[in-house]
Amino acid sequence: MTGPTGYTEFRQRLYRPRVPLLWWLRQRSYLVFVVRELSSVAVGWSVVFLLLAARSIMRGPDAYRQFLEWGARPWMVLINLIALAFVVFHAVTWFNLAPRAIVVNLRGRRLPAGVVAGVHFGAWVVASAIVAWLVVG
Amino acid sequence: MEPLLWLLFSGGGMAAALLIPILLVLFGLALPLGWLSPDHAHLHAVVTNPLTRLVLLGLSVLALFHAAHRLRYTIVDGLQLKRLAPASDAVCYGGALAGSAVAAYLLVFAY
Repeated sequence: MTGPTGYTEFRQRLYRPRVPLLWWLRQRSYLVFVVRELSSVAVGWSVVFLLLAARSIMRGPDAYRQFLEWGARPWMVLINLIALAFVVFHAVTWFNLAPRAIVVNLRGRRLPAGVVAGVHFGAWVVASAIVAWLVVG
Repeated sequence: MEPLLWLLFSGGGMAAALLIPILLVLFGLALPLGWLSPDHAHLHAVVTNPLTRLVLLGLSVLALFHAAHRLRYTIVDGLQLKRLAPASDAVCYGGALAGSAVAAYLLVFAY
């Protein structure tokens, strides 16, 4: 069988480098990469959990109290602690990455990476303070 | 399609990084464990405020697409499951789309 490139299917099969399934355990940087990618599961869970919180609050005091009781169960606290660790890991790696994605030129000179990352960490503190102030009142 | 998904990915990554940790600390730990106990009437007023609804909806949609995008590449590249790419796309992006619809219903129409 010949494809559009003229190579036979057979010949393509001759060289196919095998990558072991656990390639990401070989180096610390690979492991960090995979852990960062897995933070997506924690982000997804957090959205679902926070929407459930919002729904219980909108439903009324009884629903909200039930939500708090559900959230206080040991396994729920454990899930949320793990999710929190992943989400914080996402935030820190995300802000550290920002200087590579965002290039700010000021008077013809590139703003140093530390400044760009610093602005992001500052914004994180401000956003967290505003949310905490809104929720706690 | 790719640029749009990329925009959703980076916007979602930023929104998730800025807002989810503090929200999870509050609603996942501080309030259920009784470290802080704002009364329900106050929380109700905050959540039903149109601006809060808009921010929560934006956060939910962006963060879900961000997560879908990352999970898709984890499955396809990380687990070496290139054969499953179409199925994994359907599950990841479909899930994000469904989650966004639920969030929109909940935050805009339901209450």
